[in-house]
Amino acid sequence: MSDKPNKKNTPGKDATKRRKSATSTTSSQKSFKGKTKTTAAKKEDTPTTPTGSATESGPPEDIFPLVLTSKTQELFQCRADEDLTQDNLHKIIKKEEILNDMKMRAAVSDFYPVKQMVMNYPGEELLLVFDRDFKYGQSFYLVGTEDTKERILHPPEPSEEEGVEEEDLLEPFLYKTPEPKPWESLGSSLEIEEESVKDSRCKHRYKISRKRREFGAPVKFTDRNASVVRDGYIECTPYPDKSFSVTKMEMDTGIQAVPQLQETSTQTKWKYPRNACTQYVPREFTDEEKENFMNSQSLKDFINSVALRFEIAVQQNEIMDAFFDDWKALGEDESTFGGKTDTHLKEYQSFTDLYYSKDKAVSCINWHPTIYGIIAVAVSERLSFEDRINLSAKLVLTPSLILIWSFSDPIHPQLLMECPDDICCFEFCPSDPNIIVGGCINGQVVLWDISAYAERLQSTRTGGAKHTPAAVNALPGFEDKNVKKTPIVRYCAVSSIEHGHKAPISDVQWLPDYYEISRQGIPLENKNGICVQIITCAPDCSVNFWDIRPPNVVTQAMTDRKKQEEKHLENPQGIPNTFKHLDLTWKPLIKVGLPRIETSGEYSAVKVSLKDILQEGRLRGITDKSRAAKLEKSDGGLDYGMLRVPSAKNLKTQEDISTTFFVGTEDGELVYSDFKLEKDSDSGKLTSSKPTRCFVIHDGLVTTVKRSPFFKDIVLTVGGWTFAIWKEGLMNGPILQSSASQKKCTVGHWSLSRPGVFFIGKEDGNIDIWDLLEKTHEPSQTQNISTGQITCIKPWIVSSKQHLLAVSDEFGTLHILEIPWTLRHPSSNEKLSVTNYFEREVKHLKYSEKRREFREQEKRDMDAEELRRLSEIVHEKTAEQLEEEVQQEFREYLKLEKCILSDMGLIKPAEDNPLPGV
Amino acid sequence: SSQSEVEETLKRIQSHKGVIGTIVVNAEGIPIRTTLDNSTTVQYAGLLHQLTMKARSTVRDIDPQNDLTFLRIRSKKHEIMVAPGKFALLLSLLFFVIYLLNPDI
Repeated sequence: MSDKPNKKNTPGKDATKRRKSATSTTSSQKSFKGKTKTTAAKKEDTPTTPTGSATESGPPEDIFPLVLTSKTQELFQCRADEDLTQDNLHKIIKKEEILNDMKMRAAVSDFYPVKQMVMNYPGEELLLVFDRDFKYGQSFYLVGTEDTKERILHPPEPSEEEGVEEEDLLEPFLYKTPEPKPWESLGSSLEIEEESVKDSRCKHRYKISRKRREFGAPVKFTDRNASVVRDGYIECTPYPDKSFSVTKMEMDTGIQAVPQLQETSTQTKWKYPRNACTQYVPREFTDEEKENFMNSQSLKDFINSVALRFEIAVQQNEIMDAFFDDWKALGEDESTFGGKTDTHLKEYQSFTDLYYSKDKAVSCINWHPTIYGIIAVAVSERLSFEDRINLSAKLVLTPSLILIWSFSDPIHPQLLMECPDDICCFEFCPSDPNIIVGGCINGQVVLWDISAYAERLQSTRTGGAKHTPAAVNALPGFEDKNVKKTPIVRYCAVSSIEHGHKAPISDVQWLPDYYEISRQGIPLENKNGICVQIITCAPDCSVNFWDIRPPNVVTQAMTDRKKQEEKHLENPQGIPNTFKHLDLTWKPLIKVGLPRIETSGEYSAVKVSLKDILQEGRLRGITDKSRAAKLEKSDGGLDYGMLRVPSAKNLKTQEDISTTFFVGTEDGELVYSDFKLEKDSDSGKLTSSKPTRCFVIHDGLVTTVKRSPFFKDIVLTVGGWTFAIWKEGLMNGPILQSSASQKKCTVGHWSLSRPGVFFIGKEDGNIDIWDLLEKTHEPSQTQNISTGQITCIKPWIVSSKQHLLAVSDEFGTLHILEIPWTLRHPSSNEKLSVTNYFEREVKHLKYSEKRREFREQEKRDMDAEELRRLSEIVHEKTAEQLEEEVQQEFREYLKLEKCILSDMGLIKPAEDNPLPGV
Repeated sequence: SSQSEVEETLKRIQSHKGVIGTIVVNAEGIPIRTTLDNSTTVQYAGLLHQLTMKARSTVRDIDPQNDLTFLRIRSKKHEIMVAPGKFALLLSLLFFVIYLLNPDI
């Protein structure tokens, strides 16, 4: 039988044979099924899923793919796409017909390949399916079993597969547990054999026994030297066997499969610094919690236990100061001993101008408060009043000046300030050093504003004296010749002539910036933070207070301001119009008179000293900076025109500012008065009160009344040939009064750094340096500065290492001296010592006062008694009494005589006849 | 009442010559009672509390039987005195006194 699949399978008698062969052919077609299939085919009559995976390429056993030729197709009415279409894929063919076909055409029959199957087919009809999709490789297939036929013809309801024939094959895959199969050795058994351990012989067994009687018998052990006895031990001595060396050729290692290990590296992240901030709030307790705590018993116990420790500690502090460095303090005292040169005032620099200050005397010196090395000097003519009148014509032509010197240029003054007349005294405004107030010989108060030249003064510090801005910018050849000349500043305001002083103003001072005086003389709070008031005094017996702010008359201020604005352009001399509101109309705020206490008349004041006055170089500073900022003009400087005198009701009264003051007079008196105005009961006007005390101390006019920078109530007065130190509040007299010196004392000043040191200037150009802790009967040092009279002394602290003393004389020269270390460095506790000294002196004074009183009292008592006694003795004795007394005396005398004679043995005691009338 | 006693004791210490202020602080450093202004109090309380704890732990590290009784810090301008409460108590309280030593002229 040929194997050609094209042969038709004719239905024949030898169906069974055919079937077998068919199966064999089919088995050859299905190549890989193998023999198992043949055996299994019978088993697999039941419709089962094909064994193996769904990816089996061959058709199952009961499906037999056929190729039917067109002839066969016509014969069996199963033409492709005609009889059997997509919809009608099945054709029932009778078995007999197939067999007949096979008989007739034998090998050519298409059914030939499935001959065996057909013959074996149990049923009568076979199913032929048109395999349109060539699912099993051929265009038709024959179903070999009844059941499959049934299934294909009548497919079960839930069928996901498209074709009926595929249902068979695509049943859900049922997992079949793998059946154990007999193990197939692939050669590993040999290795196992090698490795396994087998007994090469049977195991030996030994049984050892002993008589029971011998168990537990006492044992006696003895020592035996093993080396002595032969065969006592068996030894296997080691020896190096060179032939025996084993190198490890093989090594057993265990290996384990692990997941893949990978190592990588990467560049680390750059951590850059970043600004971060934290805001926090401290924890606090609420008031209730605090209350709870305060009431708790534990707190009470704690405080009680702890308070004692505190008290002990505080007491310890009181007893002794542990901070005190004894060693250091000791060292300081030692170093004060130095050579003679160390104690003298060294000449630092000297200024004189050949043109401006020739034949003139310096009347006042002032250091610039802020700029180092700038000092202002007022020069005035050395003429008496008579001479002034006589030479008045000439004097009018020569201008009176204040010279401003800088340390960097001793020949040319930096700035000249023009004055209406000779200036006796002037002062820089502490809060604004560009404002200077001066008192004129004609009784006017003068104001200057040198803000325009402030830079010039400032630049001289660096030493570039000639370096004016104009000179820098100018081209050579076009230089302004006037640039090199010293600029002259004209005064910008003078007081009104009628309302000012009527005598030369001898003292002018700025009031500090923390209080101002109202019209009643009550000190009020100064909200401006700058100095706005001035105090002046003159020998016309008045002390005046001036205010640099424009007066509070609204309409006038408006017109004034308008005039100001108009006049601004017409300012030919370049005068700054800071105080235009005051010019020529300036009136004093308060006029304090100084009526005499007992007699009529007044005191002619020469110098004044307030308690709350600023000392040199100590400014409290602008407390209200915002207020000050409002006043600033666009080009810097304060606009004094904008200031207004505030109403006294709005300001707080300063209770701690005292309104009392000392005044030194022309007659050498020191007057203590109060500038608070009182309401006079009769007239209702505000008048000044009478001074409380007046001390006649000095022999000439008082030239200096100065408060100590360390003690606000200690005052130094210099006048005539003496000086005196006073304590305010002590009304008896000065604490210290010097003896009359040879030469007149002209001026005095306290030292700024040592509480017990002060300088006195003399008529002969000497400076006496007094140190209260060293000697109080004479100056500790005297130094000659010039030949002329010393007119002014002003010390100044430049730095901790440099203290300078400015001394001027009547020849117009300004000497700058350097204060040596011994004079400027206070000894330890100097202030305390000086305080103690003053206290002692006060006590002494009080004591002496008391003694004086006592003495006076005593004297009075004695006088009274004397008088009484005298009056007692005066009464007359009568004549009879006198006679009797004489008789008595005679009788006594007789007795005495008798005694003596009887003692001498000249008279017999019996004899008792009196001697004839003696 | 116990509160007035406490107040009285505190006032007595406060009135000593040279004492500027007193602060009473609890174990965590939160001020309970003070005579100074708030910001100063808070600052002192925070800083001194830490220092006191450190000092106490130092003393106890050296000798566990020992305990800090009093801490005095002297600086150029002031002296600060701190007295800590009992270590065993839960709410141990601290007590600071700020005391001006040697006021300069």
